[in-house]
Amino acid sequence: MKIADLTRGLWRENPVFVQVLGMCPTLAVTTKAVFGLSMGLATTFVVVSSSVVISIIRKLVPNQGRIPMFTVIIATFVTAADYFLKANFYQISKALGPYVPLIVVNCVILGRAEAFASKKAVIRSFLDALGMGIGFTCALIVLGGIREILGAGTIFGYRILWEGFTNWIVMILPAGAFITLGLLVGVFNVIDEKMKKS
Amino acid sequence: MVGRIIKAVINNTVIRMLTALSIVGAVAGASLVFVYNYATPKIEVNVEGGTEKAIKTIFPDVGKIKQTGEKDVYKIENSQGEIEGYAFLAEGNGYQGTIKLIIGVDPKIDKMMGMEVLESQETPGLGAEISSAHFRDQFIDLPVTKKIEYVKNQKLEKDNQIEAITGATISSKAVVRIINNRIEELRQQGLGS
Repeated sequence: MKIADLTRGLWRENPVFVQVLGMCPTLAVTTKAVFGLSMGLATTFVVVSSSVVISIIRKLVPNQGRIPMFTVIIATFVTAADYFLKANFYQISKALGPYVPLIVVNCVILGRAEAFASKKAVIRSFLDALGMGIGFTCALIVLGGIREILGAGTIFGYRILWEGFTNWIVMILPAGAFITLGLLVGVFNVIDEKMKKS
Repeated sequence: MVGRIIKAVINNTVIRMLTALSIVGAVAGASLVFVYNYATPKIEVNVEGGTEKAIKTIFPDVGKIKQTGEKDVYKIENSQGEIEGYAFLAEGNGYQGTIKLIIGVDPKIDKMMGMEVLESQETPGLGAEISSAHFRDQFIDLPVTKKIEYVKNQKLEKDNQIEAITGATISSKAVVRIINNRIEELRQQGLGS
């Protein structure tokens, strides 16, 4: 058990800012912080569960047949997450729309299965997937938070900017997602450089 | 000889792959049955609850919501048992995807009692404003003996007009069109006469 397995996904190999994986949900659902949080948690659940299962059965899986098998396992957890959201958080599920079922094709998940869980022991795979999930969730909350503050003047639905603030509608539109993500990746790299030097 | 054949079959990659994939598929399918059984009743409640909530917003003094012969058309009675009007589902294309509305009218279908958005995929911040109170309130007590019209960035001149949302004319137009079409359709079926 290594703590590095957990922290890898948080910063050094952050799925959004460093690996730049899973861009479809990252850009599409982050119009509000709460959507980023929900999408992040759903993805974390799927990546953790599928990594654990794949790590358990890794020695029984014939090498040539592994990709379809991983996909079936991932799709099962995604369907479970989708039904759970629809049953218990109907409004959020409606707002996220087709992006919950689309977690199946999120490269972060198949990437962890291929690169890590199919080769490493269960506990290490669990920590790795958890780190990646938390890193992904944090990135989506930051992105959704910035877009919500500038685009609607609120954060998690609470008004924090003064009344009469003109909402930057572009921030809620797709263009705002690209602009914010680009700037965030830039800021991330600057901080990373500084940390490496010191 | 037989032993060797069995061994060859077990070691055959294709057969191993198919077996493993079948097992994984069967286990996955079986576990999803449990998830489905757990979630489906709850999801149905959520969907129906949305319609009921919308009707209660349009008709605050609702006593009974009665099904009519027509699907998704409800007769609304107030707490004294008098007919308040009708509520019905209407849907059509918006700017992105389908818009689903609940529309309330008075018993003679002379004017609207209100409108609620059940489902829409309109642009957040622009088209999604069709769900805002500012836009919806325009439909309360709006006469519908003539077709509803919309105006852009100018004063309302006739009483059957509403003001389109700035920057979301297509969504506003879609709502007006969906309401007009549905009311027309129900009138032809003899509702309210």
